[in-house]
Amino acid sequence: MDALSAVLQGLPMTITLTLSAFAIGIVGAIPVAVGLSSPKLPIRLASRLFVDFVRGVPIIVWLFLLKFGIQIGTFKFNPVGAAIVGLGVVSVAYLAEIYRGGLQAVPRGQGEAADALGLTRGTAFYSIMVPQAFRIVSPSIATYLTGLLKDSSIASTIIVTEMVFQSQAFARQHPTVEGILPYILVGVIYIALSLPVAYISRRLDSRMRKAVYA
Amino acid sequence: MTWLAEWAAYLPQMMSGLGVSLLIAGVSIVAGYPLGLLLSLMVSTKNLAIRTLGLAVVEIGRGAPALVILYLFYYGLPKFGIAFESITAACLALIWNAAAYSSEIMRAGIQSVPRGQLEASSALGLAQHHTFFRVVLPQGMRSAIPGLMGVAIQMFQGTSLAYAIAVPELMKSAYNIGSQDFNYLQIFTLAGLCYAVISMPATWITVFFEKRMARHT
Repeated sequence: MDALSAVLQGLPMTITLTLSAFAIGIVGAIPVAVGLSSPKLPIRLASRLFVDFVRGVPIIVWLFLLKFGIQIGTFKFNPVGAAIVGLGVVSVAYLAEIYRGGLQAVPRGQGEAADALGLTRGTAFYSIMVPQAFRIVSPSIATYLTGLLKDSSIASTIIVTEMVFQSQAFARQHPTVEGILPYILVGVIYIALSLPVAYISRRLDSRMRKAVYA
Repeated sequence: MTWLAEWAAYLPQMMSGLGVSLLIAGVSIVAGYPLGLLLSLMVSTKNLAIRTLGLAVVEIGRGAPALVILYLFYYGLPKFGIAFESITAACLALIWNAAAYSSEIMRAGIQSVPRGQLEASSALGLAQHHTFFRVVLPQGMRSAIPGLMGVAIQMFQGTSLAYAIAVPELMKSAYNIGSQDFNYLQIFTLAGLCYAVISMPATWITVFFEKRMARHT
């Protein structure tokens, strides 16, 4: 199984890209989501424009822009850096939209009750709104993570040595029928990798449902 | 101002690239949605063999990255003597993608039609195919519209991946210009704006439809 070992050589990089970009997105999306649900119109509008613009441009364009377009003094992105930052920024936009949906889905009464009990706005937000919103959006976040895993394959176009890049390298060295193998294998590996994420998400979701309703 | 002048000079070449992108997106949607409907019916059927086949096609189309499917068509199949032009391979890969994603949305739409509609149809003595095509499908498709518009936007953005197999679409045009003049920042910014100018209003229209339909239910 030369093809399999060739493809698996790229697996650590695929996982590194996915998790690094996901970490950037999970944290970075918080202020943007707060901006999206701000009562002040200019802040809301600016956040909305940011999110829609980032999502409106394909990932491959962000990666090429960062890899080839950015040069500050002697600083240039290496392929991995460009891929992580690019996928990270895109994750910020998508996750901010998911967070906003979750915050909006928390019943209004919760905020009003927190107000009536005299909780400060910060406490109400972090202890009342955010935990409930997280329960609502955790399946969407898991879905986004599996999407991000697949999108990390686009990094192969800026020569990041992840799984799809390794598949191509193998296919080029094997111009026979064997050359089709890595593409099939890499497809199967992506599907296999998304399964545990879906499983953990379902477990987490049902556990939190129990915590709320039991 | 120099940026604007350069952009104006590049615009004709970029526009021909954009035309190719829109063509691929259009083909993948026009062929992908009917296939998606077929897949959603296959997945909902009682026949195990047909259901398994439908599920496999849907899960591969959704689970494997579009880029991998693209490479499979362009580099993989020629090894069995089935060769495509790059643009055909791009269309086929995105059709598969569009069909897989839209089938799930259509299935959810069809399932969202209340049972009472079926019961009413059978009380009225409608034949099964009439029930499906005249009662269930129109209502199910209606609620699937925003999701299907989302898939269309996703497909338009997905055409940028065809760059990887040298289809002369928008991204490839940008790259060609960039590697001539080494002004990557300007050219990829322009490419991003070209995509955004189409995707952003399309997203806003989708959100508008979503809100309108939420109001009616």
